[in-house]
Amino acid sequence: MAGFYPAYSRQTLIALRTLVGKETHRYLRIWLQTLVPPAITMTLYFVIFGSLIGSRVGPMDGFSFMEFIAPGIIMMSVITNAYTNVVSSFFGAKFQRHIEELLVSPTPNYVILAGYVAGGVGRGLFTGLIVTIIATFFADLKIHSIPITISVVFLTAVLFSLGGFINGVFARKFDDIAIVPTFILTPLTYLGGVFYSLSMLPDFWARLSMANPILYMVNAFRYGILGQSDIPLATAYILILGFITAGTAFSLWLLRHGTGLRS
Amino acid sequence: MNALSLRQLNKTYDGGVVALKDVDLEVTPGDFYGLLGPNGAGKTTIIGIVTSLVRPTSGQVSVFGHDILKSPWEAKSNLGLVPQEFNFNQFETVSQIVLNQAGFYGVEHSVAERRAEQYLRELDLWDKRNANSRTLSGGMKRRLMIARALIHEPRLLILDEPTAGVDIELRRSMWTFLRDLNERGTTIILTTHYLEEAETLCRNIGIIDGGEIIENTDTRSLLAKLKSQSFLLDIGKPLQEIPTLGDFPVTPIDERTIEVEVRGNQTLTDLFARLSESGVSVTSMKNKSNRLEELFIRTLGRTKPTQEAS
Repeated sequence: MAGFYPAYSRQTLIALRTLVGKETHRYLRIWLQTLVPPAITMTLYFVIFGSLIGSRVGPMDGFSFMEFIAPGIIMMSVITNAYTNVVSSFFGAKFQRHIEELLVSPTPNYVILAGYVAGGVGRGLFTGLIVTIIATFFADLKIHSIPITISVVFLTAVLFSLGGFINGVFARKFDDIAIVPTFILTPLTYLGGVFYSLSMLPDFWARLSMANPILYMVNAFRYGILGQSDIPLATAYILILGFITAGTAFSLWLLRHGTGLRS
Repeated sequence: MNALSLRQLNKTYDGGVVALKDVDLEVTPGDFYGLLGPNGAGKTTIIGIVTSLVRPTSGQVSVFGHDILKSPWEAKSNLGLVPQEFNFNQFETVSQIVLNQAGFYGVEHSVAERRAEQYLRELDLWDKRNANSRTLSGGMKRRLMIARALIHEPRLLILDEPTAGVDIELRRSMWTFLRDLNERGTTIILTTHYLEEAETLCRNIGIIDGGEIIENTDTRSLLAKLKSQSFLLDIGKPLQEIPTLGDFPVTPIDERTIEVEVRGNQTLTDLFARLSESGVSVTSMKNKSNRLEELFIRTLGRTKPTQEAS
């Protein structure tokens, strides 16, 4: 069911609202697992890397080390939580088979996708907000551009929610939902310029880093807050929007073909 | 316009297992239809295809005239499913489960709340509305799935072995509920292993085996096909030898019990006349088996199981 049904737009909206409410309720219900851990982890990052080690590192690109890493750490929590929320929720629904509640209903595929992505975006932005509030205790953050900051963090949350959805569709066991975050997402995030400037790297590694899409998102977000970036802003937007388009098309294709859902 | 229409439905699973072969089936509006067959016969595959959980290899499915692929919204809105396995979120409350399901069908929240109260009360779950679903008993979980399937008020309700594993008292109360629901106009399709259930509830019955519908008729006609019934007779005095009862075949069970077969052209009056002539005194008598079960086994040409038919 991928089509759009104008005659049922009201019902479609109710279905979307229901799914978004269900997903939001899920991560709020288990707040001790979903919202508290990133707050604690990111506080430790600020204390250890920002405060203790950062005081000896000195300024970076004209900003204190704490100011420099704050946007990256916020972005890291958004990426991780948006992805994890969707992959664990969708796989959980498959595992418990209550995904069938949606599949037997007339809810269109794009609503199913939008509902899960909205849940991921909600949790990503919520934890991002928590981490931002924590960051203000450690660094004097003055936002350079609110539209850029908000648009980049929102689009990044959408993109990684889509990534979590695709992972959830293919996952057959719990190991499958941990592999991508552990072996791909975390290394790419750490190597995405969260803790360092691209200008610090030798030429070869700097060029190699340009193949890491997370670098663009972290830098675009840093530009939104500090007004400084290692990469052109337009390139970051094109990349993020390109990935979102491809991820959306692929996700809808998977739903239409019932991959991992219908036998 | 039929409530359900299957035309030339085929399903071959990945790996080559042929689950359905050219299945044609029509269920009329208002019917209470029983779909019977042994495990692996294709019952759940048919239900899976009708409810979009299984993709057909070929063929057409329509619900109240709406093709499930061409008009999915209309087809699915008319359809409710009570699956065989528990498939609700174990971390949600009873109310959340039924209200969310209503939302997925586009039912307004105020309407959904009213219906939730109605069906949860009818199914004796209202007191448990705020209970976490994983704390419910097996019978309550079955009733929860029925309430969830009815929340959008489908015209066709499909139940895949709804009374499996529930006690007799609850099974009887579910029968009463389903019979009332059917009388209020809901078409019901039921698969069951309890043939007494199908014989009691269903007006029409289809028997599927090996992915093919091998019998599809009304329950009365199906039972009429039984050419004979067997009775167990308890005898007053221990038998010294097997009595001769004319054309009635007799099989001794023990020294005080015999089994007698009564064919379609014979009567119980004839049997008792023969028993009297032979000086056999009968203290009690019972029908040996569920009639439909007998027919089911004969139709499939299988060995009779002890309790359930498959």
